[in-house]
Amino acid sequence: MAQMKFLCDAERCIECNGCVTACKNANETEWGVQRRRVVTLDDGKPSEVSISVACMHCDDAPCMAVCPTDCFYKTDDGIVLHDKDICIGCGYCLYACPFGAPQFPQQGAFGERGKMDKCTFCAGGPAESPEEEFEKYGANRISEGKLPLCAEMCSTKALLAGDAETVSDIFRQRVVYRGHEDGAWSPVDKASHPETSANLTTSSVQQADHLAYDAARKG
Amino acid sequence: MRAHFTASRLTVVAMFLCLMLASIWLAPQALAANPDGEIGQAVGTVDADTWRQVKDGGNSIDSRHDSNYSLINQSGETWRQIRNRWISPGGLIALGGMLAVLVIFYLLVGRNNLDHPRSGKLMLRWTALERAMHWTLATLFLTLAITGINLLWGKFVFRNVFGDVFWANMIMATKVIHNYVGPLFSIMLILVLAKWLKLNLPRKHDLDWFRQGGGMMKGKHPDAGFANGGEKAWYWILATVGLVVIASGLVLDFPIFGQTRDNMQWANVFHGIASLMLIAVSFGHIYIGTAGTEGAFEGMKTGYVDETWAKQHHNLWYDEVKQAEAADPAADPATAPDDSLARQQRPN
Repeated sequence: MAQMKFLCDAERCIECNGCVTACKNANETEWGVQRRRVVTLDDGKPSEVSISVACMHCDDAPCMAVCPTDCFYKTDDGIVLHDKDICIGCGYCLYACPFGAPQFPQQGAFGERGKMDKCTFCAGGPAESPEEEFEKYGANRISEGKLPLCAEMCSTKALLAGDAETVSDIFRQRVVYRGHEDGAWSPVDKASHPETSANLTTSSVQQADHLAYDAARKG
Repeated sequence: MRAHFTASRLTVVAMFLCLMLASIWLAPQALAANPDGEIGQAVGTVDADTWRQVKDGGNSIDSRHDSNYSLINQSGETWRQIRNRWISPGGLIALGGMLAVLVIFYLLVGRNNLDHPRSGKLMLRWTALERAMHWTLATLFLTLAITGINLLWGKFVFRNVFGDVFWANMIMATKVIHNYVGPLFSIMLILVLAKWLKLNLPRKHDLDWFRQGGGMMKGKHPDAGFANGGEKAWYWILATVGLVVIASGLVLDFPIFGQTRDNMQWANVFHGIASLMLIAVSFGHIYIGTAGTEGAFEGMKTGYVDETWAKQHHNLWYDEVKQAEAADPAADPATAPDDSLARQQRPN
């Protein structure tokens, strides 16, 4: 069985928000609900970096663990889905979620939350008919043999979606090409690349990922 | 003089223009000469420091309207562990333990009976208004306790027993009732606390009451005024823990005042611990007020208690009332047909 995962390559994300738009369009989510968001760290500084975030379909999903109604379930593909008929809009999944994925349309009085909405990996949700499914959960592209539209539309292929092994193979290749020695957890060792380390003085330049830059230049 | 001034100003402007031109021409030259400088500008750095900042939050913006979310919600997992690993089983132990203790106590010690036969003479203990307030609060409390318990543990039982459709309706009703009854309970509890504040101010004899265990073990009866040490303890638990439940509940109930996820996580933790404590202690209150003490329930049901009961459980109050009666015979309970007259024998 496949284990569906998203992976966002922060070295490639250019904060174009194409994924956000593609998702909104594919799923026609309610007003105010934006299932995907692009987070930018250190905005405006030399170290600025962006990453696209939505539901990451956790193996040990905190939302599932804390839900008082038990409305979440996991498909055979490892996609975390929920049943809006059972959701009561208590907000516990939002408290627990590491990625800020659950959102609640405000429908009732006193700011009462509506039924929770989140990324479905474009896999829809439980419903009697395809129309009802689209109405409640948005597109079911997985049933059509397609991947989530956000990743399909990503112009720099920063956002990857698919079986965990395939996705991590692609990312591993990129990391190797960029010259990381420990799976991208630390900056590239400048000493081993004398051609780019000749005039390094400041620490921000020291920490810059030269080979990622080279790779981008080479295309 | 004036010409000289103009000339010097022109010189400054000319120099400034030269500098600007030079910088425009020099800038790309400098970058071309130093590719590392360009790299430093062009490529983001995701290193340990960046992740440390992500952990602390604050260095991120996101593309959602009005979003105040960080990249990773660090405290979410902490909240989950506190709720699922500690509050949920802890509450079960607290409630189950309290029930077990009460059942064992009842089986071993039994009901606290009257030592002397009833006198047949009644004393007003609770006015109609007080009884109405008590039972309103009790109804709201039980409603919130039952719905709250369903929100915490219901999913382990009712979905399996009754199926999805019943469960969906049941849990939705549970949430709506809990959210709407909560504010009513808040108002009622504050009114009740205000009404009974004077009766529950601590006195010196309350310490002795606790030292003697409230006479629970059928020993001699320690001194007690209108409210004994145990009743005052329950009052002050409601006045502290109860207010925590109210405050945290309101934070959770109306998520439109800018409270953050972190605020609501903590509110939920406090709400869970405090309300489970209250429910556990309320079991004790209910036991003592019904099965545990002969003659206690009729006080809150009819408003009147037997003089024998009053002498046994609230001797100081009894003496006080009798002295007031001796001083003012008009306030005799026999000539006091309604609460407003009879109230005079209540020193509050």
